[in-house]
Amino acid sequence: MKKLLVIIALLPIIAFANTAAVTESAPIDPSNQASLQRGARTFINSCLNCHSANYMRYNRLVDIGLTEKEIKENLLFAGDKVGDPMRIAMDPQDAKKWFGVTPPDLSVEVRARGVDWLYAYMRGFYKDETTPSGWNNIVFDKVAMPHVFYQQQGEQILNHETHELELVKPGRLNPAEYDAFVADLTNYMAFMAEPAKAQRKSLGIWVLLFLGVLLVLTKKVKAAYWKDIK
Amino acid sequence: MADNKQKPSEVIANVVGWVDRRFPLTSTMKAHLTEYYAPKNFNFWYFFGSLAMLVLVMQILTGIFLTMHYKPSAAEAFASVEYIMRDVFGGNIIRYMHSTGASMFFVVVYLHMFRGIIYGSYRTPRELIWLFGVGIFLALMGEAFFGYLLPWGQMSYWGAQVITSLFGTVPFIGPDLMEWLRGDFLTADATLNRFFAFHVIALPLVLLGLVMVHLVALHEVGSNNPDGVEIKASKDKKTGIPLDGIPFHPYYTVKDIVGVVVFLMVFAAIVFFAPEMGGYFLEHNNFIPADPLKTPEHIAPVWYFTPYYSILRAVPPVLNSQFPGVAAMGLSVVVFAFLPWLDKSPVKSIRYRGSLYKRWLVAFVVSFFVLGYLGTEPSNVWGQFGAWAGGADRATVVARIFTAIYFLFFLLMPWYTARDKTKPVPERVTY
Amino acid sequence: MSVSDSEKEKSVKSSALSFQEPSQVDKEKRQFLVVATAAVGAAGAATAAIPFVGSMLPSERAKAAGAPVEVDVSDIAPGQIKTAEWRGQPVWIIKRTDEMTAELPKHNDQLSDPMCEVTSQQPAYCQNADRSIKPNIGVVVGICTHLGCSPTAKLEQGGDMGAGWTGGFYCPCHGSKFDLAGRVFKGSPAPTNLVVPPHSYIDENTLIIGVEAEMEA
Repeated sequence: MKKLLVIIALLPIIAFANTAAVTESAPIDPSNQASLQRGARTFINSCLNCHSANYMRYNRLVDIGLTEKEIKENLLFAGDKVGDPMRIAMDPQDAKKWFGVTPPDLSVEVRARGVDWLYAYMRGFYKDETTPSGWNNIVFDKVAMPHVFYQQQGEQILNHETHELELVKPGRLNPAEYDAFVADLTNYMAFMAEPAKAQRKSLGIWVLLFLGVLLVLTKKVKAAYWKDIK
Repeated sequence: MADNKQKPSEVIANVVGWVDRRFPLTSTMKAHLTEYYAPKNFNFWYFFGSLAMLVLVMQILTGIFLTMHYKPSAAEAFASVEYIMRDVFGGNIIRYMHSTGASMFFVVVYLHMFRGIIYGSYRTPRELIWLFGVGIFLALMGEAFFGYLLPWGQMSYWGAQVITSLFGTVPFIGPDLMEWLRGDFLTADATLNRFFAFHVIALPLVLLGLVMVHLVALHEVGSNNPDGVEIKASKDKKTGIPLDGIPFHPYYTVKDIVGVVVFLMVFAAIVFFAPEMGGYFLEHNNFIPADPLKTPEHIAPVWYFTPYYSILRAVPPVLNSQFPGVAAMGLSVVVFAFLPWLDKSPVKSIRYRGSLYKRWLVAFVVSFFVLGYLGTEPSNVWGQFGAWAGGADRATVVARIFTAIYFLFFLLMPWYTARDKTKPVPERVTY
Repeated sequence: MSVSDSEKEKSVKSSALSFQEPSQVDKEKRQFLVVATAAVGAAGAATAAIPFVGSMLPSERAKAAGAPVEVDVSDIAPGQIKTAEWRGQPVWIIKRTDEMTAELPKHNDQLSDPMCEVTSQQPAYCQNADRSIKPNIGVVVGICTHLGCSPTAKLEQGGDMGAGWTGGFYCPCHGSKFDLAGRVFKGSPAPTNLVVPPHSYIDENTLIIGVEAEMEA
């Protein structure tokens, strides 16, 4: 019986331990508002040309320390309201014609892919003349998306022997700066995937503290009643 | 109102009396709470019945509020879930409670069923309680399956596509049956719309009805206990109260409330800190909207279905038909219903069973977990055997072995329980 | 799982009930604990109800859709009307001519509430002779206060409304009549004047509906 319990207790751990390994974890800090704001700016200026984020309202950026006025003046497209979601004007049908696929909505992309994947993806573009766009990606083979940040990162090629990326033409940013740039973007996209995450966690602490108090009380009640039982 | 003032307690007594003359209020309370005598030796395993009730209530409550915002149409479903998560006040908490509740329902029900197995709670005179319980389990699986389509993500979509395809393997009527279930030639808007109806009204009604008869049957015969001793066999001569019984209320209500609070702490920890549970409670691919043109590379059901899904995959096709696998999967669930008649042991509780039974039980539990794990992974997860085994997937071979053990636990039960060396059962419960 | 012999003996021997009546002291202690626990539990339940009750409030989407609307009033010719949508309702912006505005106080005797004393029907800064911030620009919600139909604009004097008509709105559902400031005429089924929504001017030509002025009035 005891043995059985031990086995039952351990099995989930054994079963759950084997999840896919990611090479490098994204160096992001969800509490760093400056990083989130830089990422938001990059996202709106670059990604939001082809990708939408239809479930994300601009005024949600208040949660990363921007004021509605700042959002309106610096980030909104003309004619949009601060409560509008991050839509794009591009017609999905046109997009399909141009890129072969419709660029996916990015609102919850991080929840599907994970931050580490996204961080690797944005750093993983390399020149490949066999693809229509001239770019390929080390974590997304034959991706339809071209390298949007090649001016920042420069050009990489894939060394087929070591299977590692090599920077052959430096960009405007040095590799460390580019990594930080991508980390900011990743950080923002993680925030956007679930804006209420931080709030949810801080609320959770209070809930658990409350339940802890309730646990003490209910245990006392139980003990008081069970005095009767012989 | 006369001049003599009534005390508050008298007012209450009068109101209760008024109701009692018209409705069996006091007598029902007595029969099911204050004068329902439960064995005093319940242990940890006995929390899960009341916890299952709690989760049912929470699912219904959170479900009602989700229904106020959710749109059951292929065009709007995915967006409406994100709408709930972002735009509705408290929506993320309600949705996470519901998604966590779905998984925790199965955790609690599996533990509740396991309790029934180890203490022989399905044995005479509790066969009907067990059968109603199996019915609840089946309804719950249906409820979970229909509900899982509603977020209309890739996993929702392809999960429903695969499971409805299983009906296509039924000989002769399969393809027509499949189309009828889907209401279209593939999983589509019509499927979502009807699954919504099943999920929010049809199966909850069935579940509530079954829970009621489960409880009525339980209170008719009385609860089993970790010793498997019938407490009604030793009654107080004057009052007729079982000597080892204690009133459910207040003693077990106050005890169950402690269990409820502990459970809520676990529940809250998941809801607030890890609602995805590493992709096991909310799968990553389900954050991609359903796309009928693109199957995800790896599809797996949610964790609570994976043991059966493993069995489905483990059984090889016969004469090019997948039906045997489908039948085996169905049987792996329904087989629980036969337990009362498969168990030939003279004792009920594992405390007095011999080592033979215990070994089989361990083998069963291990196979349940191994199959459960393998069901979450693609069948090449452990690579292939060499040419000597025809290059078969290692995981598939392992799944076949454990599928065999899973079924042998049931099929051989009449034999090994009758042969097992049992220990003497005490007359009264141990406390 | 083994049962020690002494335990077994004890359980076999005992022929009394397993539970006993608590002492008076215990009863009082319990009552205190139960009340305290129930109070804490009830507070928790009430708090847990917040997301549920709150989920029925207007969502962020509804709030965004009901956000203030900006309207350019420079392109409305005098004597004309423009309809804007605010919170799903039609809002009329009437640019009255000077004659129309001058006419307003003259028919006060025919109105149910000429002085706009029903304060729920307009913000305080519009409780004036022409019910507006700028005398010639009237802003009213175009929904009849009787049963919610949208009245028809009959801005011209006379016409099919008869000789005495001074210009205003006519509700086709039950015949309520309003003047060019949205005030209801006596004898109409509508009980009150049309609603003037909260509004203000960002600049000379831009009206914003749904936002109170930051106090210049």
